[in-house]
Amino acid sequence: MDPVALILSDSRFPGGGHVHSGGLEEVAARGLVRSERDLPGFLFGRLRTAGLLAAAFAAASAHAAARTVESVHWRRLDQELDARTPSLAQREASRAQGRGTARAGRAAWPSSVLSQLLAETPRPHHPIISGALVGIGGGSPFDAAMAVAYLAVSGPASAAVRLLGLDPFAVNAVVARLAGPLREVSGQAAETAGADPADLPAPASPALDLFAEEHTRHHQEEVRLFAS
Amino acid sequence: MPAEHGHGHFHAVNFDPTAAEPDHYDAAPTAGRAYRIGIGGPVGSGKTALTAALCRALGGEYNLAVVTNDIYTTEDADFLRRAGVLDPERIEAVQTGACPHTAIRDDITANLDAVEKLEEKFPGLELVIVESGGDNLTAVFSRGLADSQIFVVDVAGGDKVPRKGGPGVTTADLLVINKTDLAPLVGADLTVMTSDAHHMRGELPVFAQSLVDTPDAPAVADWVRSLVPVRQG
Repeated sequence: MDPVALILSDSRFPGGGHVHSGGLEEVAARGLVRSERDLPGFLFGRLRTAGLLAAAFAAASAHAAARTVESVHWRRLDQELDARTPSLAQREASRAQGRGTARAGRAAWPSSVLSQLLAETPRPHHPIISGALVGIGGGSPFDAAMAVAYLAVSGPASAAVRLLGLDPFAVNAVVARLAGPLREVSGQAAETAGADPADLPAPASPALDLFAEEHTRHHQEEVRLFAS
Repeated sequence: MPAEHGHGHFHAVNFDPTAAEPDHYDAAPTAGRAYRIGIGGPVGSGKTALTAALCRALGGEYNLAVVTNDIYTTEDADFLRRAGVLDPERIEAVQTGACPHTAIRDDITANLDAVEKLEEKFPGLELVIVESGGDNLTAVFSRGLADSQIFVVDVAGGDKVPRKGGPGVTTADLLVINKTDLAPLVGADLTVMTSDAHHMRGELPVFAQSLVDTPDAPAVADWVRSLVPVRQG
């Protein structure tokens, strides 16, 4: 595994990911996830939908960063991911984490490709900036896909421990059992890494979109501890 | 870009010592940004009340804004808004994902985003107070987020707190022992607290205060004035 991909997927990476639960806080508040037993279904569904979407764009971005593209390519990737993310709350969560990753990335891995990407899209989506950083560092599209696919499940898993007081060993075991699907999703994402942005996969997760919108709405009325 | 230097490729870095081209990368945005003061300390020690007092005392002197991190995010922001000490537009609330210490120390992204949002909204902002969500004695602000930090403890939290130490008590730029008016009521020995605090902190300052007796926190406000010069014009 590429070191940059490892650093990006480390929960200690200071990119702002720890304040996002990936919908877990909303489903916990609704009682849809209460225990370790409920978690695999939620995480598996998230991995196959939001996780695959993120992985596909991270892989494409790593591919683009490695081959050096025209500036407009970054905007096209950005627009295509916007088009595949119907929920405003989800787009904002992705851009907030992308901006945090960019801040950390500028300090850790300054490069002309990164400057080009940020000049074109100053608040990039998280999978795109993450993939670009992996690609700039010489990592493969598969590694970039694996990093963001893993984050798509590790973030909510950690939120479940914090919000529901679940057993951290049991939760970690749930994540570990996703190893096979993680490899599959990352492999699938790597296959389309060189495709035109418009032709990238578009897996949908309407439930997650609705939960994200509800999370934001609830925050106006009562308290939500996570930003998403 | 560095000049092509005669054998068919470009060097990413120009080794010519006489070259004076601009840096490729943006400088860290430090020049001209607002001074950032972190206020941390245990739950209920009076961080929000101190923040409100500082807004009252300093709001007329500085172009000022507040970022609040309470775990009950809207709670503190609402308290400040109700107190009427600051234009609500100048208060940003941050969600910390149930980890208030992480948001001020290990991963300061959400707080930096809030500070930068306020700086964009209020050009010429001079001072931002970042109020941590209540936490334990080990929580301190990262130097990447706060230029200076105040740690607030209170007499009702137990007079042994300063003796326990921890990075908040021992390393904060200012330690405030709050609610001194309650000391006789809770059986706290203020002299012991203050001398323990000085013992733990060496030369670093310790202020004991009661916002009941001095609602505008004059000592702390003066301390802030000594750190943040008022801009001319």
